[in-house]
Amino acid sequence: MNFRRLLAVSRKEIFQVLRDSRSLLIVLLMPLMLMTVLGYGVNLDTKHIRMFAFDREGSQQSQDLLKRFQSSEYFNLIATVRDYDALATALDNGRCQLAIVIPHDFSARLRDGRGVKVQALVDGSDSNTAQLAIGYAQGVVGAYGARVQAEFFRKSHAPSVNPSLSVDARTWFNEELESKNFIVPGVAAIVMTVVGTLLTSLTIAREWERGTMEQLISTPVTAMEIIVGKLIPYFALGMFDTAVCATIAVWWFDVPFRGSILTLTVGSGLFLTVILGLGFWISVFTKNQLAASQIGLVAAFLPSMLISGFTFPIEQIALGVRYREGLFEQ
Amino acid sequence: MTSNGNSVEVENLVKRFGAFTAVDRVSFSTRTGEVFGLLGPNGSGKSTTIRILCGLLHPSSGRASVAGYDVVASPEQIRRNIGYMSQKFSLYADLTVLENLRFFAGMYGVSSDIVKERIGWALEMAGLRGRESSLTGTLSGGWKQRLALGCAVLHRPPILFLDEPTSGVDPLSRRLFWELIQRMSDEGVTIFVTTHYMDEAVYCNRLALMDRGQLIALGTPTELRRDSIEGSLLLLECDRIGDALERVRRIEGVHDAAVFGNALHLVVSNVEVGSAIRAALEADGIAVARLESIRPSLEDAFVALTARRGVNGATEQSR
Repeated sequence: MNFRRLLAVSRKEIFQVLRDSRSLLIVLLMPLMLMTVLGYGVNLDTKHIRMFAFDREGSQQSQDLLKRFQSSEYFNLIATVRDYDALATALDNGRCQLAIVIPHDFSARLRDGRGVKVQALVDGSDSNTAQLAIGYAQGVVGAYGARVQAEFFRKSHAPSVNPSLSVDARTWFNEELESKNFIVPGVAAIVMTVVGTLLTSLTIAREWERGTMEQLISTPVTAMEIIVGKLIPYFALGMFDTAVCATIAVWWFDVPFRGSILTLTVGSGLFLTVILGLGFWISVFTKNQLAASQIGLVAAFLPSMLISGFTFPIEQIALGVRYREGLFEQ
Repeated sequence: MTSNGNSVEVENLVKRFGAFTAVDRVSFSTRTGEVFGLLGPNGSGKSTTIRILCGLLHPSSGRASVAGYDVVASPEQIRRNIGYMSQKFSLYADLTVLENLRFFAGMYGVSSDIVKERIGWALEMAGLRGRESSLTGTLSGGWKQRLALGCAVLHRPPILFLDEPTSGVDPLSRRLFWELIQRMSDEGVTIFVTTHYMDEAVYCNRLALMDRGQLIALGTPTELRRDSIEGSLLLLECDRIGDALERVRRIEGVHDAAVFGNALHLVVSNVEVGSAIRAALEADGIAVARLESIRPSLEDAFVALTARRGVNGATEQSR
């Protein structure tokens, strides 16, 4: 490999990118655009589920239970109603996602130590949210039930209470389970994939389309020199975009940065090299700018959105194995 | 560099694309410092030949060497020793004049101590002094072409390949271009050029005529003009040119007749046939405005050669 030829190819490529407004737009706007749209737009946290309640008893116990829903950040108790029709209407027009119905003998049954069931009506049109709502509601009701049970045993002076078995979960890496903490870094990966693939997918195709490849291959330059020479500027642009994304993530979205910058840089570099290679391959294969950019976009966006774990993991982390089947059913 | 560093040698070269034979058993060799023209209509195999010689295509069979290097075995060596200007404008339109020159200087590995001088020379030659920072895409055809030539010879190649270099360029620029070519040839550069402009062929020292993939004649323009026509050539200007063409073809002693502009060129066994032609046409009521013996042009030579080959081909098939 001849170093001077390599540099000449790189220099030429830089001049071309700087004069090509389309490429520049991709480099400069894509990170900002995707960061804004996905960073703000994609929120997989299900909080403040709109909830209606139909308290058929109106006792102190039933109000206690509803208060627990109210104080949870996952639920937003909008209204209490007096009949089923009102619940049905609210579910129909989407004013509530979850409706809780407390039976008329709620406190009596609790007092007597008989089992009691609370009804939950869930809007299943968004099955993901519905599952989360059911899970959270069971959590709230279960916790309340446990307390009532403890109380009951205490009052009846039972000899001893076996503590019920429970899981005390602690989430690592993303303690708050905030989806932006992994969505925003995920966007950075998408930006790298899309920018890397799009830019390089044009570069070889452009040479073929404009006839400059013919001239190029009549010179002593080798294929390796062309590829590496072209790779260098796009690598620099890709790393620049990665840095932009990382900066936005940390300073704007407050995503905690833990670990070493060196590891991130080296990892990003390796990833970017593969991505640039993919773009090159598409470009060589199509020899046509339009086709290359279309294929590049599909090849970059689909896997990075769907199978990289960008779209779904919060559900897996939050609900664990229990809902894995539900996830695949979607 | 080997002793035959300036030459192109081709022996029984064949290039097939599937069932189609683009280049069919072509052989020739060039001499140092000559302008060697490959002449023929579009699709006759000229560009394919030149692309094989530049190492851009592999031959199906046969042998070709450029600057003493075999095109199949050592294309890298060849690329160091040639300049190539393709048919289509192939510089970077979005780079400036200077950036293009620097880029190709880099590609050809022009050593840094003479880069400046070579680029200066190319700018001078192309007449682009003062326009170094213009975007190449904004230049007019003649300038683009001369810049492309400049880029192709930055490394002083002993052999220069030009594939239809003057297509789409105005006549004045074409003449200017050929003067540059002539000058390079005087300096000992072997120029290998393809063209389908007959009027440009006269700039060549030697010509190879190609038709349907085969080499049908090789010689200096004078030789081709002289030897390709058996007999004499007559120019006929008359009314009803179509009818006249039909009629003269039936006259004994007329070997061939072809339309050239608004006149007919007739290949006849001798000048005396002229009177028979005039008599026959006038008997049919066709007024003859002009009938005289002319010196054959290259185009006449080409028509005569392809026509003769057509007849030969037919007889070969009928056997």
